[in-house]
Amino acid sequence: MSIEYHEEDVPHVLAVDDNLIDRKLVEKLLKTSSCRVTTAENGLRALEYLGLKENQQQNHFNGKGTKVNMIITDYCMPGMTGYELLQKIKESSVLKDVPVVIMSSENIPNRINECLEKGAERFMLKPLKLSDVLKLRHQLIKCSTL
Amino acid sequence: MERNQMHTQVANTRKSLFDQGYLDDQFIQLEELQDSSNPNFVEEVVTLYYRDSARFLSNLDQALEKRPLDFSKLDNLMHQFKGSSTSIGAKKVKTECTHFRNYCSARNAEGCKRTFQNVKKEYTTLRKKLEAYFQMSRQVGPVETACQAR
Repeated sequence: MSIEYHEEDVPHVLAVDDNLIDRKLVEKLLKTSSCRVTTAENGLRALEYLGLKENQQQNHFNGKGTKVNMIITDYCMPGMTGYELLQKIKESSVLKDVPVVIMSSENIPNRINECLEKGAERFMLKPLKLSDVLKLRHQLIKCSTL
Repeated sequence: MERNQMHTQVANTRKSLFDQGYLDDQFIQLEELQDSSNPNFVEEVVTLYYRDSARFLSNLDQALEKRPLDFSKLDNLMHQFKGSSTSIGAKKVKTECTHFRNYCSARNAEGCKRTFQNVKKEYTTLRKKLEAYFQMSRQVGPVETACQAR
């Protein structure tokens, strides 16, 4: 079954993970779930892409002029954790309503609660399954403009 | 006739990788992501894994030479490597990584060193087996893995 998508109907997801294999996998999972994917290898790059880096002018669209419908990020990353990235996103008036999903290979209740309380939509255990990502895509991503 | 035999051989080889515990469900997840637009996805990911993870192993080798051992650093390095190994379904490798991390928590130097040798051994064994499997698969052409029992 093939579905025709117009450019604006395809959800655009920013996937953040410092692990190369996991980045490749999450990109494939999301593409297979009919998403357009941009990947970032750490929190700083993600913030840059989102236009949230300090001294960047905040506008409705990021520097590349493309809107992001969802952000999925690994928790354990050097420099800036997924939690810290989540914080920055939630502090942004422009991006606070973009759903953020945190992934982790470790099942630590405190960590999970912390992220959910900070406003993460979901906490998912790695490795992600295709069925999980398909479900996520249908449940979370609204294609209408924010 | 011969082609069917080759297909069966590939299927049996694949099955034995699961039966003998080298691979787990996650490998099947990779296979599910392979399609006509990306017919070599599994092999690509595995190749990328072996290329990318080599540096974790050499960093671990170096870190294990230091006196005294920095268990926190060792654990961080192994966390990364374990993550990648888990993501490709490398079951035995993953198990040894877990043992290693347990020894790190226990600050057991001998345990760490011993387990690390096992990690490397399983890593190398799996590589050989997967290389042989992929080569075999390529020779017979696409195999329908979706219908096969594990």
